[in-house]
Amino acid sequence: MWKWLHPYAKGEATYRLLGAWLPWLAGSALVTLTVGLVWGMLFAPSDYQQGDSYRIIFIHVPSAMFSMGAYTAMAITALIALVWQIRTAEWAIAAIAPVGAVLTFIALFTGAVWGKPMWGTWWEWDARLTSQLILLFLYIGVLALYYAFTDARTGAKAASVLALVGVVNVPIIHFSVYWWNSLHQGATITKFEKPSMAPEMLIPLLISILGFALLTGALVCQRLRNEILKQEIHRPWVHAQLGVAEQER
Amino acid sequence: MAFDSWYDFIDMGGYGFYVWLAYGVTLLALTILVMHGLRTRKQLQQQAVQQQQRQQRLARRKQQERGTA
Repeated sequence: MWKWLHPYAKGEATYRLLGAWLPWLAGSALVTLTVGLVWGMLFAPSDYQQGDSYRIIFIHVPSAMFSMGAYTAMAITALIALVWQIRTAEWAIAAIAPVGAVLTFIALFTGAVWGKPMWGTWWEWDARLTSQLILLFLYIGVLALYYAFTDARTGAKAASVLALVGVVNVPIIHFSVYWWNSLHQGATITKFEKPSMAPEMLIPLLISILGFALLTGALVCQRLRNEILKQEIHRPWVHAQLGVAEQER
Repeated sequence: MAFDSWYDFIDMGGYGFYVWLAYGVTLLALTILVMHGLRTRKQLQQQAVQQQQRQQRLARRKQQERGTA
């Protein structure tokens, strides 16, 4: 398997592979998000308890899911970077962290805006909300460490360690609503039980979740490509790739 | 269709402010993220052009020096 994987540890091969994926990811993300959100906003019925305020769920749940998903992915690349010293894995940390931070911010913000009319407060220091806020700080900390050193590899190593240690927060966020009393409701979609949501609402939510997954992929692709270019800017393949005309011979 | 009129759609059963604020800020945050990525790429492109021109200049000078020697 290493023989097959090894070329992708090199910048140029990864850059090309991501470039092949990017338009498909971005295009399908745009289509699925449009379908999911228009369906959710226009065609899904009102909730019998929450009225139309529940429509925030179509961005709140997917962004929260992938704020944790992105963190898990980042922790895995951090482990790979620390154990096998693969530079592409180090760069992936810098690519995933800003995307994850924005998703976390969206989850927190939409949650606050949904909480105000439903719970009567923008913010409450309970387990779910606090642990999600810690996730945002972890992302910011990883980014800060990554760029804090003049030697990029030292920064990447420090960021990897923090990313890896911080992964303990992900299950805490997930189970916080069961472990502690919380204003926040439990999971709407679970693997084993029937979802506690009518199909007219569940289907557009699932489409939005798929859309956010594709969007997360596309954004990470975009940023990882940039990071590869940045790190290998002196290499001839970058000069060829960025369409620099061979001027004035 | 869950709404009878445009007004109803914007009003969101009285929760219009909250729902549209959530959607608006989400769109804004994602747009900033995408634009930042595009801008970074553009800057890298300019940097690559400068790098290549510099390398070419150096190579030319070396050739000239060899010619005069």
